[in-house]
Amino acid sequence: MGELRAKWKVNMYAWLLLLPSLIFLLLFTFYPVIQTFILSFHQADLGSPEPFFNGIDNYKQMVEDEVFWKVLTNNIWFAIGTVPTSVALALAMAMFANKALRGKSFIRTAYFYPTVVPMIAVANIWLFIYTPEYGALSHVMEWFGKGDMNWLGDQNNVMWAMIFMVIWKEAGYFMIFYLAGLQNISQELYESASMEGASSWTVFRRITFPLLMPTTMFVSIIAFTNSFKLVDHLVIMTKGGPDNASNLLLYYIYETAFSFWDQGMASALTIVMVVLLLLVAAFQFFGMDKKIHYN
Amino acid sequence: MRKVVKSLFAVVMSMSLITGCSSGTSSSTNNAGQGANSSGKTELSFYYPVAVGGPLTKIVDGMAEEFNKENPDIKVKPVYTGSYQDTTTKVQAAVQGKTPPDVAVMLSTELHTMMDMDAILPLDDFIAKDGGSEYVNDFFPGFLANSQVDGKTYSIPFQRSTIVLYYNKDAFKEVGLDPEKPPTSWDELVQYSAKLKKDGRYGVEIPSSSFTYWMFQALALQNGKNLMSEDGKKVFLDTPENVEALQFWVDLSKKHQVMPEGVNEWATVPSDFLEGKTAMMFHTTGNLTNVKKSGKFDFGVAFLPAKKNYGSPTGGGNFYMFKGTDAKKQEAAWKFIRFMTEPKRAAQWSVDTGYVATRKSAYEEETMKQYVKDFPAASVARDQLEYGHAEMSTHNNGKVTKLLNDTLQSVITGQSEPAEALKKAQEEADKMLAPFNK
Repeated sequence: MGELRAKWKVNMYAWLLLLPSLIFLLLFTFYPVIQTFILSFHQADLGSPEPFFNGIDNYKQMVEDEVFWKVLTNNIWFAIGTVPTSVALALAMAMFANKALRGKSFIRTAYFYPTVVPMIAVANIWLFIYTPEYGALSHVMEWFGKGDMNWLGDQNNVMWAMIFMVIWKEAGYFMIFYLAGLQNISQELYESASMEGASSWTVFRRITFPLLMPTTMFVSIIAFTNSFKLVDHLVIMTKGGPDNASNLLLYYIYETAFSFWDQGMASALTIVMVVLLLLVAAFQFFGMDKKIHYN
Repeated sequence: MRKVVKSLFAVVMSMSLITGCSSGTSSSTNNAGQGANSSGKTELSFYYPVAVGGPLTKIVDGMAEEFNKENPDIKVKPVYTGSYQDTTTKVQAAVQGKTPPDVAVMLSTELHTMMDMDAILPLDDFIAKDGGSEYVNDFFPGFLANSQVDGKTYSIPFQRSTIVLYYNKDAFKEVGLDPEKPPTSWDELVQYSAKLKKDGRYGVEIPSSSFTYWMFQALALQNGKNLMSEDGKKVFLDTPENVEALQFWVDLSKKHQVMPEGVNEWATVPSDFLEGKTAMMFHTTGNLTNVKKSGKFDFGVAFLPAKKNYGSPTGGGNFYMFKGTDAKKQEAAWKFIRFMTEPKRAAQWSVDTGYVATRKSAYEEETMKQYVKDFPAASVARDQLEYGHAEMSTHNNGKVTKLLNDTLQSVITGQSEPAEALKKAQEEADKMLAPFNK
């Protein structure tokens, strides 16, 4: 009996400590999520002053909405374009920054600085890099005798331009995680590998890479969610244009909610996005986790 | 056990903090509801956006300060709310939260949206009590067009603009064109542009990244009619005239090759002009002061070239007042609007910013006369107002505008043909407007 009471006391204490955070979590995470879920089954736009229940109409409309499909496809291409490359680049950069004997801190700073620059500033810098005629990229193209390209004003180029910029921005950030991961791998492993005369490729394939898997998983989840969270750059650089060629899901949700004031539809879109992200995260956690080797 | 009591205490404290916050906000809204604080002053919240370069927040704050001095019983608190889009979002959120601002500057095109939300007050009673139509009729009709529905006035023009043609006089001289004779027709625009074009310089640029519909509307107006009905319930996108207008736009880059291909960024077109990368540009008069200050060459401002006639939509922001605030505050808000639009203030505002002064009598003011004398370009926008029309504004405005922007961009980037694209846009827009046509 006394044992039970002691246990209850400990648990109670823990719950009480957690309570403030729980309240905020409920208030600012779960409550809005539930509200959004409910609202997604309502017609709540400018044409209907009082929101009313309309079942799955919003979802039906969404399926018929060309822009939605375009945005979703864009987002998938955007994820495919940015996630693997930026993660691979981050790993390569981390290996290099870890190895570099001279100018170590300079290299790290150089790689990391894109992460420190504010998003809006980044967008403005790149806006002018991509400007036709006198943008930095146009000058480079001229050296190679290539004509002028309107990077952001062309439907076929704009997505590549955004992907390139985001890789530049993200790789340095992920590099920090890899650097930490690399520092955690015990030196003894490398020493014994060199005694055995293993080639550096083998060392990477058999020691470094497998032991970095937890970092890789963490980083790729972050990278994936980031690819769905991009909004700031779109606002400054393209507004999702031309003709939705660079529009992504979250920006479309923003437009639907705050330019069209169609809250029902915006809620439905949000639910789709949340479910999508949860599915992928779940797959990454439960699917990949089994194959991962922890120290 | 003592620990538990302590932590319980901490929890209770934090709970009371949370509730304390919420009761704090509710008491402040109560204050707002009463319309006066303890000292008997009427406090007004005033939301305003900034959309062009220059120290506009300082100017607006200064004007509010002046008003407070003149009216000791009223205190206006200006709140800078970001871009037009941000301001609208904040106002809409505030309206939904039942705490609307007392007065706000928003795009004149938000009129129908605000009415659909049942958020704004008609101003006729105030106008009637305060000099009647004499006041309202002093505003240029092109600006008022976006303020009125069914004979009622809902907003008062404030920071208003229109599209004009900027041209580089030095470049004109260089290729043997008369710098005092800008192109007056579409044909001349093409001819002049072809002459002005050389390596590293285009003839003309029309921005197409944001406000694409606005530029298109100018071309449509020059070729005949406006894009929407006055009540904002219908749009006319796929008329032969509009197809022709869009074709002309595309031809400038594709056929005549005097404009860069693809979408031209709204913000970089003025930079191109200032850098001499384009000899002419279509842009808002809101940039006049900016171009005047940073241009290193002699430049001119002209009417947009005509097809059938001259034409340009107006643009920019108006004063709105909101439902759900009490009578005393509404009186004060009206007083503030009157103050801000007085002729001498409208004149000074125009000089400081480059926006068009909204009232005819503002041009009788000494400051304005002097300004126009020293800088004749400043009067071009006013003179063009004779051909000015309402900016595109419909019910469900956000959706319809985006649809049109997307359609135009898809044509400009060569993904679709004008006639077909506009026809599809018309069908889509009809669907979007259907709930308002019942």
